[in-house]
Amino acid sequence: MEKSTVFNNRLLPYLLLLPQLVITVVFFYWPASQAIWQSFLREDAFGLVSEFVGLENYQALFAQPEYYRSMLTTVIFSTLVAALSLSIALLFATQADKNLKAAPAYKTLMIWPYAVAPAVAGVLWFFMFQPSLGMLARPLRGMGLDWNPLLNENHAMMLVVMASVWKQISYNFLFFLAGLQSIPKSVIEAGAIDGARPVRRFWTIIFPLLSPTTFFLLVVNVVYVFFDTFGIIDAVTGGGPAGATTTMVYKVYADGRLGGDLGGSAAQSVVLMVIVIALTAIQFRYVERKVQY
Amino acid sequence: MANVALRNVRKTYLGGFEAIKGIDFEVGDGQFCVLVGPSGCGKSTLLRMVAGLETITGGEIDIGGRVVNQIEPADRDIAMVFQNYALYPHMSVYNNMAYGLRNRRMAEGEIKTRVEEAARILELGAMLERKPRQLSGGQRQRVAMGRAIVRQPKVFLFDEPLSNLDAKLRIAMRVEIRKLQRRLSTTSIYVTHDQLEAMTLADILVVMNGGQVEQIGNPLEIYQKPATTFVASFIGAPPMNLMPLRSELKSQLAGDARAAEAGIIGIRPEDFVISNQTVSGGVALGLTVEAIERVGAETFLYGTRQQEMQGVAATPGELPPGEIIVRIPGAVGPAIGERIRAVAAPDKLHLFTADGRKRVS
Repeated sequence: MEKSTVFNNRLLPYLLLLPQLVITVVFFYWPASQAIWQSFLREDAFGLVSEFVGLENYQALFAQPEYYRSMLTTVIFSTLVAALSLSIALLFATQADKNLKAAPAYKTLMIWPYAVAPAVAGVLWFFMFQPSLGMLARPLRGMGLDWNPLLNENHAMMLVVMASVWKQISYNFLFFLAGLQSIPKSVIEAGAIDGARPVRRFWTIIFPLLSPTTFFLLVVNVVYVFFDTFGIIDAVTGGGPAGATTTMVYKVYADGRLGGDLGGSAAQSVVLMVIVIALTAIQFRYVERKVQY
Repeated sequence: MANVALRNVRKTYLGGFEAIKGIDFEVGDGQFCVLVGPSGCGKSTLLRMVAGLETITGGEIDIGGRVVNQIEPADRDIAMVFQNYALYPHMSVYNNMAYGLRNRRMAEGEIKTRVEEAARILELGAMLERKPRQLSGGQRQRVAMGRAIVRQPKVFLFDEPLSNLDAKLRIAMRVEIRKLQRRLSTTSIYVTHDQLEAMTLADILVVMNGGQVEQIGNPLEIYQKPATTFVASFIGAPPMNLMPLRSELKSQLAGDARAAEAGIIGIRPEDFVISNQTVSGGVALGLTVEAIERVGAETFLYGTRQQEMQGVAATPGELPPGEIIVRIPGAVGPAIGERIRAVAAPDKLHLFTADGRKRVS
């Protein structure tokens, strides 16, 4: 039974909710509604006159082949980043969960990348893999690989994926480690006595028991790759070469900020918002049901 | 079916802490062995060493004629019931029991037969499709038992399996465990800190303290002839009264040959009789009644001796110096503040050396 406390003061509950509500309204609902309104307007080149154009921005958007290309790029990019950052983080977390002397130091080191700002992380990776100067690019070229993320689209994609994965592993690692540590040790010992070898134990006991954590991280990671990787892409490739790493969120910025098409850009952000809301809703509706035990 | 033998078993942790200081005992085929002792005495560690969950840093553990020191838990042919049951929360009751059999690649048909048989014995038939969280504590406990018995292992290991249950259920499950073990006649090792559980379940009782064995034997034998003052005060409730053997008591025991070597005398609360008679060779204590506990069938009197005593070697569970517990049958007895004379016959006296480490007989 849940215990509930009765407040006689009618205002107090709202007062306590107020800070969160203010933040949500100011930083989400207000900009989101602005974007929706903007997506129905067209501005002239100098930003002086706005004209209501209805759904014209959307029609123009869906007529653009580049827009479909950025969707495909986003799908590839987000699948790779989410899959890699989740699986690598899980691997690291299972190692850190072992009773090793160096485990605390290892854990601390694992968490550091999270403190690096996305743009800084991007610059870091850009320099390491810069074709003529990069300390990691030179050995690659030395091995006879024509490494050039500035010209080769696949190389550029690999680079932004690596940087984004590297940035996100810390976060996923922390949650996976906490999840692993909340599994009672005796359950795993019971598995050992029941004759399950470590690999089988992992897939039949540990992984299913971690599924609520995995699900939570999946939701968070999808939002991450859709929005928060912007800084990394901007610093590493600027969406290039030839739009190969222009994800949907980067295209919003490129068209609106650099291209000056505020209406079209707003329409894109509305589409993006709808996609993320839909994805999250699907995850909660179908995946969450399977992870409860 | 197998016997289990421990030969000079030791456990020293990396920091140098010695948790188990050389333990020897043997459990015969089909016997029920109980390890009992206060918390921190190493009994659980020892059980986990038998299970293979803790490494053995010295000596040998032998299960069914095979030294298992280097053998994985899965290959020792043992099953363990954990204190928190350690059920797999994401699996149904059926799958919880079938898991160990599937890992050993048993045919599904045979698994079904075994699980259903276990469910019948443990009255879990109606719950096979439920998840552990939908079960009560007692039912979970039975699933944990079921998971152990379907495997038909050589040895059952129990790590305080009843301590998470309420008092009534604990007694019921205690009887059930004993009946089940008799029926399957599987060698069992059972860890508990509850001396009553230990007394009622054990064929062989191993009393442990501080990583060492204090006494091994048949439970009644241990109750009747405790080898040390630790055992004397740990086994039996309320605990045995232990008193230093000094002037007045010493003179009462002048005729006893044992008194010369002894430094501590012990008398169980149930061995006193309230009387003005003097028993030749026995002991009589003059007490003032300080508190009374009436339980119905019996009454416990907490008295202090007129000549207050000080500086008794304090062992865990021992009474404060000068305090004596007397058990009398029925509910009628002296009142608080009354002065009584508690008498014990010579064959009811337990004598120990002054350090409490040895029984004088």
